[in-house]
Amino acid sequence: MKPGPGTYRVGGKVYASQLGLLSPRPPLLQVVPLSGRYLPKPGDQVVGTVTDVQSTFWLLDIGAPRWAPLHMTGAPWKVDVGETERYLRTGDAVVVRVENLDATGRIGVTMLGEGLGKLEGGTLVRISPARVPRLVGRGGSMIDTITRHTAAQVAIGQNGRVWIGGSPEAIRRVREVLEMIEENGPRSGLTDRVERFLLATTPVAREEGGPAARVVPHDDGPPSADAAPMEDEPAEPGPADE
Amino acid sequence: MGSVGAKEVPVLLNADGLRIDGRRLDELRPIQIRAGPLPQADGSAFVEWGQNKVMAAVYGPREVHPRHLQQSTKAVIQCRYNMAAFSVDERKRPGLDRRSQEISKVIAEAFESVVFAEEFPRTSIDVYIEVLQANAGTRCAGLVAASVALADAGIPMVDLLPAVAVGKIDNAIALDLKKEEDNFGQADLPMALVPQSGRLVLLQMEGHMTEPELAQALELGVGGCRVIHEKMKAALRERYSTAPLAAGAA
Repeated sequence: MKPGPGTYRVGGKVYASQLGLLSPRPPLLQVVPLSGRYLPKPGDQVVGTVTDVQSTFWLLDIGAPRWAPLHMTGAPWKVDVGETERYLRTGDAVVVRVENLDATGRIGVTMLGEGLGKLEGGTLVRISPARVPRLVGRGGSMIDTITRHTAAQVAIGQNGRVWIGGSPEAIRRVREVLEMIEENGPRSGLTDRVERFLLATTPVAREEGGPAARVVPHDDGPPSADAAPMEDEPAEPGPADE
Repeated sequence: MGSVGAKEVPVLLNADGLRIDGRRLDELRPIQIRAGPLPQADGSAFVEWGQNKVMAAVYGPREVHPRHLQQSTKAVIQCRYNMAAFSVDERKRPGLDRRSQEISKVIAEAFESVVFAEEFPRTSIDVYIEVLQANAGTRCAGLVAASVALADAGIPMVDLLPAVAVGKIDNAIALDLKKEEDNFGQADLPMALVPQSGRLVLLQMEGHMTEPELAQALELGVGGCRVIHEKMKAALRERYSTAPLAAGAA
């Protein structure tokens, strides 16, 4: 077996370099991380906040190792040089897509595309990026359950930033569910538990047909980390062991 | 607590070969490690080791501050070791002093030799170590806490870094000195081990030892590090346990 992501080799032996779950994909031996910052992948849709405004671009904090510049040509408006601050200011929340990455870790993002843009109102919650597959659920089952039982709009970024819009009550309930997912991420039976929780706490007069959920689609790309419970794999903490 | 000169030197080793807290020469103080107590940080750990209490938080890899420290080929590792004013029984003047600067530097350098920093060019990995209660061996406790916090933060590295100090008391080599032994002993030798390779990435000495004593101390310390390494792994395993939800738990 060859050393894959999350591992390194010394003297014919492969060791974990990261805390995670051992997940052999022959001929690669890889460790899927259970924690850590968001590592951008081209095509990912992410939720970020503006940290700096320059005359031709904005800098976004998307929870990655580095800030991501959003150039004014990647914005859905006709922006004149020096007029950037009229459209987005420090602290504003946006949905963008990662377009490219260079070898030095520079991240290129765009706001042109469906489901992308500035977020108005609502609230931002952070969860661990490793929990995002759990929040989406198999085929979107978890997020469907959440939006079906609350009248909230939810935008999930692959970076673990989640935007919730709707009534204060709806936001509060989704936030509680996010906390459950954050705490119980690696355990099984979570979607059922979330549904039971939401049914038990449903307000009596729930308005029918609330605003449709706004779910940033998540791609089932190759590493397909683990969009589902990982019941039987042992925790393999920290760099250690063969 | 009086000044050192005014105080009688305590008996560090009794007739039965036991130390002032009843330990044998090769015994560690009790150690408890908790991974992830600070949700805001990318990684964190709390270590209680004898009467030491140390919290560590890791942020990063993230943008470098101040910017001129940025390196184009790898992440910089910045460490701040700090002792709380209330961590010792005579108030410690808060802030950076020469001792904490030195400890910050040697801990950062220890991590530089195990972290795969090239994976994150132009970024910074920031390690904060706060000593809340001190009773000798805080650089080792801080290093252990910071190392678990780095693993908790998902930072790629060669291995965890267990650390321990070995000393010389009443002419005997002893593992993991506590405060009285440190103050009145003859030598103190803190070390940090890379278990995977057997390399030491931190080794300092205060006081005097003979060559055979040094060899004995290193062997004792490495053995202690291996015990601590298991506790570090156990703490991470507990934090990321995949045990199914208890039935009916709400």
